[in-house]
Amino acid sequence: MLSALLIVFREVIEAGLIVGIVLAATQGVPRRGRAVSGGVLAGVLGACLVAAFAGELAALFQGNGQELFNASILLLAVTMLTWHNVWMASHGREMARELKAAGHDVVTGKRTLAALGVVVGVAVLREGSEVVLFLYGIAAQGGTTNAGLLAGGALGLAAGAAVSALMYFGLLTIPAGRLFQVTSGLITLLAAGMAAQAVLFLQNGGYIEGLNVTIWDTSWLLREDSIPGRLLHTLIGYVEAPDGAQILAYIVTIAVILALMRLIGKPVPRTRPQPAE
Amino acid sequence: MKRAILSLLLLTAVPVPALAADPIKVTLQNHKFTPSEIHVKANTPAVIALTNKDATAEEFDSTALKVEKVVAGNSSGNVRIRALAPGRYPFVGEYHADTAKGVVVAE
Repeated sequence: MLSALLIVFREVIEAGLIVGIVLAATQGVPRRGRAVSGGVLAGVLGACLVAAFAGELAALFQGNGQELFNASILLLAVTMLTWHNVWMASHGREMARELKAAGHDVVTGKRTLAALGVVVGVAVLREGSEVVLFLYGIAAQGGTTNAGLLAGGALGLAAGAAVSALMYFGLLTIPAGRLFQVTSGLITLLAAGMAAQAVLFLQNGGYIEGLNVTIWDTSWLLREDSIPGRLLHTLIGYVEAPDGAQILAYIVTIAVILALMRLIGKPVPRTRPQPAE
Repeated sequence: MKRAILSLLLLTAVPVPALAADPIKVTLQNHKFTPSEIHVKANTPAVIALTNKDATAEEFDSTALKVEKVVAGNSSGNVRIRALAPGRYPFVGEYHADTAKGVVVAE
């Protein structure tokens, strides 16, 4: 039961933190609930499919199916996060202002919402498929009673959800004016971490060679497979012993996102903030 | 044109890279790895051919080796080991971490 609790907890916080950030980033956007819950639902369904067909998936591309699949969905999420940030940089402030000023429905938020829905789906799918495989494995072997397994899983889910909610409500305590900056910063780091993770899968499939020497090792300071290490891994892409290719992917992703936000997200002509209504 | 180039790139990218070396055979049964201590040459890439004889899936997981790979029940998969500095690199089967453990020794 304890092992079920721990594994479920670990995977749920990893996906939950991402959902928390997405929810905070879409604060005040109409119909965001639908995009996020749609993403979660699609992610859960996808996780079950991936778990059920794990063998078939792995066998694709002569045994590299899993690596290519993981790298692809991670890069998809990186693209969506980038798009969201760039879009928000160009429209977000206008949108927030309009929402406050007139309170009328803003249609334009829809597209980037769909992108974030995809990100939520990818996060839930990746972590969820591990939970499904693990729980199925224990259930099949019958070592733990099914009741204990279920209880452990449920507790893990609840605890993971609680930590994610904490993250979300913590973000909401940030004043609305700064929230946008904080969430776009978080999303940039999230994307950079995912890009580095995608590189790892491509290396493990043999698609990327070179730059694979470990550059530094901070495992003495924070182990990546500890709970805080995992949280930081999810949030900012913490890796205890990154190699050159991973660091490069991380830095390039941040640079590209920031450059696009500058270039495309032309600063909205600065109007002085309206005096309090 | 762009699309043609892209599909060409995809075609050349997808064929699978050759394995660096003869795979080292490792078996997982009753949630235990045999052998559980795997010796590889330092600074040389290697491949572990993992055969999972259990009915359920297992994830070969190692932060030290930078690998996570799911091998479904009653099937097998290759785990690429990068060139390693001399040392000991522990790994586990994540779903049965109490019993499924081992170490790669680079020397």
